[in-house]
Amino acid sequence: MQRADFTALLPFILLAAAAVVAMLAIAVTRSHRLTLSLTLIGLAAAFGSLFLVLPIAPSPVTPLLLIDQYALFYIGLFVAAGFAVALLAYGYLEKQEGRREEFYLLLLIATLGAAVLAASSHFASFFLGLETLSIPLFALNAYVQHRRRPLEAGIKYLVLATSSSAFLLFGMALIYTDLGTMSFRRIGALLSGNPEIHPALLLPGAAMILTGVGFKLSLVPFHFWTPDVYEGAPAPVAAFIATVSKGAVFALLLRAAAGVPDAGPMIPAISVIAAASMILGNFLALLQDNVKRMLAYSSIAQMGYILVAFLSAGSGAVETASFYLAVYFVTTLGAFGVVTLLSRPERDADLLNDYRGLFRRRPLLAGIFTAMLLSLAGLPLTAGFVGKFYIVAAGGASARWTLVLILVVTSGISLFYYLRVVVALYARTEPTEAPIPSLSLLGIGLVIVLAGLLIGLGIYPTPLIRVVQAVAAGFGSG
Amino acid sequence: MILFGLIAILLIGGLLAAAAGRWSRDWPRWIALAATSIGLLISMGLWMRHAGPMAVLPPTPIAWLEQLDWRWIPRFGIRFHLAMDGLSLLLVVLSFFLGTVAVLASWREIQERVGFFHFNLLWTLAGVVGVFLAADLFLFYFAWEMMLIPMSFLILLWGHERRVYAAIKFFLFTQLSGLLMLVSIVALVLTHARQTGTLTFQYADLLGTAIPPRSETWIMLGFFIAFAVKLPMVPFHTWLPDAHTEAPTAGSVLLAGLLLKTGAYGLIRFVFPLFPRAAREVAPIVMTLAVVGILYGAIFAYSQTDLKRLIAYTSVSHLGFVLFGIFAWNGLALQGALMEMLAHGIGTGALFILAGQLQERTGTREIDQMGGLWQPLPRLSGAGLFFAMGALGLPGLGTFLGEFLVLFGTYPVSRWRTVLAAIGILLATLYALRLVQRVFHGPNVHNWILPDLSVREMFVLVPLIVSLVWLGLYPQPVFDTFGTTMKTLQQVVADAILAQAR
Repeated sequence: MQRADFTALLPFILLAAAAVVAMLAIAVTRSHRLTLSLTLIGLAAAFGSLFLVLPIAPSPVTPLLLIDQYALFYIGLFVAAGFAVALLAYGYLEKQEGRREEFYLLLLIATLGAAVLAASSHFASFFLGLETLSIPLFALNAYVQHRRRPLEAGIKYLVLATSSSAFLLFGMALIYTDLGTMSFRRIGALLSGNPEIHPALLLPGAAMILTGVGFKLSLVPFHFWTPDVYEGAPAPVAAFIATVSKGAVFALLLRAAAGVPDAGPMIPAISVIAAASMILGNFLALLQDNVKRMLAYSSIAQMGYILVAFLSAGSGAVETASFYLAVYFVTTLGAFGVVTLLSRPERDADLLNDYRGLFRRRPLLAGIFTAMLLSLAGLPLTAGFVGKFYIVAAGGASARWTLVLILVVTSGISLFYYLRVVVALYARTEPTEAPIPSLSLLGIGLVIVLAGLLIGLGIYPTPLIRVVQAVAAGFGSG
Repeated sequence: MILFGLIAILLIGGLLAAAAGRWSRDWPRWIALAATSIGLLISMGLWMRHAGPMAVLPPTPIAWLEQLDWRWIPRFGIRFHLAMDGLSLLLVVLSFFLGTVAVLASWREIQERVGFFHFNLLWTLAGVVGVFLAADLFLFYFAWEMMLIPMSFLILLWGHERRVYAAIKFFLFTQLSGLLMLVSIVALVLTHARQTGTLTFQYADLLGTAIPPRSETWIMLGFFIAFAVKLPMVPFHTWLPDAHTEAPTAGSVLLAGLLLKTGAYGLIRFVFPLFPRAAREVAPIVMTLAVVGILYGAIFAYSQTDLKRLIAYTSVSHLGFVLFGIFAWNGLALQGALMEMLAHGIGTGALFILAGQLQERTGTREIDQMGGLWQPLPRLSGAGLFFAMGALGLPGLGTFLGEFLVLFGTYPVSRWRTVLAAIGILLATLYALRLVQRVFHGPNVHNWILPDLSVREMFVLVPLIVSLVWLGLYPQPVFDTFGTTMKTLQQVVADAILAQAR
């Protein structure tokens, strides 16, 4: 390895170093505030280092990683999301008993895993990154030990994540057997150059990988864990799973698919998965009384929307999906941010009743939550609208009108359940038990910033569009 | 720039009102009043400047009186392009006029969360003005959706008994149909891009796009359904009686006076010029539905017991005339449709204000509970009689002129439908007279002792009365302003049909 390689790896090194420093600091003194500060500094440094790496991108570092603009964009997104989750977690954990500091260690390691996924160009780094992301999540899910639900969520996530990893490994093995390589670029080259390959192994392999990825992205029919885990996990962790974990796997999926010249039989399968996710996700969300479960089903539908972008032709896929994911990050973090802020020591604010009449008690929070929900529904003035418009335009340009129509109709249906929450927010009746939780200032500052971003991008999305266009232009399979 | 100012003043006024609502109840009202009346003055000034017939057709496809064109989202060829021609000018003036009236009409009615109320009111208005001024299809859709949320909030938060149901129904109907329009907009733009190689959402560029006939019908339907829901056309009207009835007075005024007009505006501005062939193709069906709407609305209006619901159904009937006139697509019918839009906005807005004032005083909207109100409320009842006459189409008032011209224009196009539609005017006489008789006439059996119109309320109603009479007696300025636009739009349609025939 050369010096330039170390520069290219700087974000990873800083993230790993931050985890180590935080761990050592915990060994010396247990201070929630100190650990948070170290975490935030580490994440901010990693984010800043991206701009140092940018001039030398794209640069492959070993066959495993490709640090290009695409990778840097997603690493930036994950690091920023990790930053937001850390801010949210501080106020949340302050209300909890027990040891709080290790939370940040796990968070840093998981973010590191996500970053590796975004840059990986090889099955080995894919698997490595995925496990680095998943294993801390087992613990994070169950972090609040004195409650029953988080433990349940942790175990559920553990079992399902492991089985999805098993599928992935088997799929990778099948493809390796057939092609003799694990590098995305080589696989792409072999597929386009050589018609004499054994689809008997290749297709099952691809299907198994799709299954494993489908689990992580909680696409129908692999979505069953999602509502339970969202409901059980502490709200900041649910936010992390919804954003970073899914975003990282999606970033990888885009990269892996980019090299394949003709996905052929996979296209109909993915189309069906996308349609089923949009339809089932939105319909099942209608039936939920629990806000976190509702957000879970809505995220299933959102992943279906992104798949429509994924299926669109050419570089439009990367551009559209990246834009939508960035917007989805902002919105989801904001929505879970409000849920986190309103959570009480004994349970998360996941009942509709917790939100009833919130506008009277906390007009600002109610307004922000409304903006986030409307953005998820894709209404104008919010970034979610531009995102959905992007997908409709991309889907239309590749003539996938059936999927576009399903998207439009199901997102119309989604209004029902978002509106239910919005109506509750502005209801005139006060809930019977209305203890106003003391709100963490960090968290409030964060959701205000996110709401500002949401509206700002909704009105003038051009800066973000420029970024994702640059990302799509410099996109390669490694 | 002045066009941006028209919208900005409402947006900023809304934010200021919301902020001022924290300290005072009166400040938001004054701020909102200032914003709407400044807007009214500016738009009236624009009208004065461009008054008189504009005889010469300009070489460009659309004759904009004012415009403003900023870069917005270059990735998709989207520009922040506001433009005003005669049609939009008239409707913008109407918007600010009714906006001012709506603020004044809710001065006493709204006592809770006054700041947020005026925020929503002004932002709805901003969306409406944006719809009338947008010359970029993306911007149009943006404004179209933007008026939706604050309007739903107006119903949801300050409405009457069944407000939640009404607000959700309104929201879903308009949003779902709007999404179809979004798909159609994208399809239209992509079709245009495939032919010319440039991605653009500019209205003027998209005019004359040659679309394959099959897709043209589908794309047109996406637009049409969005506008037909808003208008509303039977059978998409079911949201309307609920929303109008449950909304607070200002909400009903905005809904009936302006939001319904956005549907009619869309038909005139987009459906015919962009899809001339497809629009002609569906015209017989639509005109039939329009006549059904005229009769259905009138019959249902007759059988209502709730005053606001009654007025709501009269809207279905009157907007049927507008739809009927637009789809006949000739000079007389279009002028009639426009006149009906303006007169209906003023007349029905006024009826809703009267209904609100009655409800404030008597505490009910049930017609059976009223009766004999002329004795305690002579001035209010007089105004009620006047606007009931407006609704039934008394000669000398704007409504008469509108309906008369529509029928004049549709007669050569479809004789039997015109005859049936004329029966609608007859039915209007029935429901309007029933309203006057049951509410105002008769003995005062309930022994109502109520305060008559205050100075503020007179101040609201008198301009409405004056403008309705003015529209009926001297409509020429309106027709002059509309004339050039109408001719250019008709020219665009005729050219496109010629091009397709070739």
